[in-house]
Amino acid sequence: MEDCLAKKMEITVSEAEKRTGRNAVNMQETYTAYLIETRAVESQSEGQCAPVDSLWRRYSEFELLRNYLSVTYPHIVVPPLPEKRADFVWHKLSADNMDPDFVERRRIGLENFLLRVASHPVLCQDKIFYSFLTQESGWKEMVNETGFQLKADSRLKALNATFRVKNPDKRFTELKHYSDELQSVISHLLRVRARVADRLYGVYKVHGNYGRVFSEWSAIEKEMGDGLQSAGHHMDVYAASIDDILEEEEHYADQLKEYLFYAEALRAVCRKHELMQYDLEMAAQDLTSKKQQCEELATGTVRTFSLKGMTSKLFGQETPEQREAKIKVLEEQIQEGEEQLKSKNLEGRDFVKSAWADIERFKEQKNHDLKEALISYAVMQISMCKKGIQVWTNAKECFSKM
Amino acid sequence: DTSLAEVNSFSPSMPISPSSMINQYKFEDEPELRDLFITVDDPESHITAIETFITYRVVTKTSRGEFDSSEYEVRRRYQDFLWLKSKLEEAHPTLIIPPLPEKFIMKGMVERFSDEFIETRRKALHKFLNRIADHPTLTFNEDFKIFLTAQAWELSSHKKQGPSLLSRMGQTVRAVASSVRGGVKNRPEMFTEINDYMETFSQKINVLDKIAHRIYKEEKEYLNEMKEYGPIHTLWSASEEDIADCLKGVASCIDKCCKATEKRMAGLSENLLPILHEYVLYSEILMGVLKRRDQIQGELDSRVDALANKKTEKDLFSEEIGKLEDKVECANNALKADWDRWKQNMQCDMRSTFINVAENNLRYYEECLATWESFLASQTVDLHVEEDSEDRP
Repeated sequence: MEDCLAKKMEITVSEAEKRTGRNAVNMQETYTAYLIETRAVESQSEGQCAPVDSLWRRYSEFELLRNYLSVTYPHIVVPPLPEKRADFVWHKLSADNMDPDFVERRRIGLENFLLRVASHPVLCQDKIFYSFLTQESGWKEMVNETGFQLKADSRLKALNATFRVKNPDKRFTELKHYSDELQSVISHLLRVRARVADRLYGVYKVHGNYGRVFSEWSAIEKEMGDGLQSAGHHMDVYAASIDDILEEEEHYADQLKEYLFYAEALRAVCRKHELMQYDLEMAAQDLTSKKQQCEELATGTVRTFSLKGMTSKLFGQETPEQREAKIKVLEEQIQEGEEQLKSKNLEGRDFVKSAWADIERFKEQKNHDLKEALISYAVMQISMCKKGIQVWTNAKECFSKM
Repeated sequence: DTSLAEVNSFSPSMPISPSSMINQYKFEDEPELRDLFITVDDPESHITAIETFITYRVVTKTSRGEFDSSEYEVRRRYQDFLWLKSKLEEAHPTLIIPPLPEKFIMKGMVERFSDEFIETRRKALHKFLNRIADHPTLTFNEDFKIFLTAQAWELSSHKKQGPSLLSRMGQTVRAVASSVRGGVKNRPEMFTEINDYMETFSQKINVLDKIAHRIYKEEKEYLNEMKEYGPIHTLWSASEEDIADCLKGVASCIDKCCKATEKRMAGLSENLLPILHEYVLYSEILMGVLKRRDQIQGELDSRVDALANKKTEKDLFSEEIGKLEDKVECANNALKADWDRWKQNMQCDMRSTFINVAENNLRYYEECLATWESFLASQTVDLHVEEDSEDRP
């Protein structure tokens, strides 16, 4: 792997803090700020610990960074941010952004985002990104000064391109379908997983009622009392065990969520390609029509119907001088157009080449990460089964003593 | 198998094996002396102009001398079982008559005459008859014998004999009378203790019944969600290459866990739920028995009170009082013995039922564990294979 920032610098999002402040319209608001700590790695190998630099950032600043990266590197599958609002929640989880568990998971997600960017061969070299990590004040102004917002394509333009492009690269069309499918299947999976978690929670917690009743019942029993009482205790343990189990599963859900959002990033690259391709096709079309116009004027033949042609027929033709002038203008435009088309073609080819390289990199990363996540899911299930076996073995022993 | 309850001469217990219905109740004293075997099966629907009803086949095999034959096969309907129960209650007011399944299930989830309802009822009726057969006194009851052996027309004509309407009303009359007479003030301490115990027991068993049903319901909902969860992974695998096998593996594991969950639920509904329900019914029955004992006591007490002032006629009524005193002593002794027996059986039933619940859950978790472990093993094998192939030039 190339020498990326992640290898030179240790990056963590170590803390989250509630803050109050005044927003753009001078109204009081509460938000969470996250502490980013960085430390140079090299000096550690010499046995010395480098000093830690730190600064605070809030979620909106992360969003600004990501928007900048998406616009500046449209051929890169830019890592996604963790979700803005809690989604796919099952009943016990809060949908409140201020909920400590949500904040904690977001902190981890933000750290993951920074590490992804820092390990990307292209993105890690970006100066704005580096400043985001190291320069607390004036960063926002710095980003805005790049003028990246002007480079951003309008959504409408992009949508238009999607429907009207005639010859998109087949690979991008396939990739677009894949990213749609990935988005749809992962969100379905996350929704059902949340429902499964809800139900599993119910099964475990109802067993907790056994504990209470067994205890009350044991009070009136002589021989059965002890067995009942201790069995009840194990039922309480069983009911309580689900909390940790489901918390661990939330991390698995977060791993899947990252790729749900990655699908959107993939889609963005495809959209950029469509836009560029559409632009190219429009430029080529424009050039062709200009050449045609030129030819018509030069030869005097009208091949295509045009209002101008009709009016000139009706109201008399132009003077040779007028015609000459027009031809000259057109010839200049055609020259410009051909140059532009050439550079657009070049741009397009470069885009496809570099985009495809990053997509291949992304595919490998995705396969690796998702496989790991699925395996960790299996490990979690195994752990849950082992806990269940433990509890019920103990309970069985208590029941035998009844 | 050391997990079975210890076999002792007082109340040995048989393991509950799902395959054999015969083993689903406890033997009294020495199991080798068992001489009456009853099965209830083969429900059949009968449609007449007036009504539709179900009959069950009752097969009896016996070596007892009082029975003319060694094998009997008769058909009985629910009404007949109700008749038998009321005759037994009449003949033995202070014995604990086993519970009958209810007339209707009000929970609304099971329709009358659905296969599930009929099967649940059949099992309960089978248990009812076998518990009577196991009871040291009830097993020799004449009406019980007629129930097991008489042909349909014989049973009808026998039912019509005897103190029919009055005896059926006797329960109600006595119940009303008892609220007038009481019979509580001279109640022996022992029965007050039993009463207090039964009040608490009744409360707890009702709550347990509700908890068990709730668990069943939650497991069912969990199963439904899991059934949707697995196939999503298969769907996903269709758009992937590298991770397709992994995804399919997860889908297959979830599917196997679903089957294990179904088994766990079946275990609950075949074992825990029926037993808890029976003991809910038993607690009602026991409260009834205690009341009847109080009534009998009450009869004696009120007679004694009434005659307390008539000093001269005491001799005339001493015989009557004597008879009532005997009646009370009999009732008390019968109840005491039956209570001890019931308590022992209850303990046995509860122990084996809950052991069964634990074993059920253990089986479930062990099956799921094996599934996921074998999946994990297959995945790490793949990883090693990949790594090896990368090393090769």
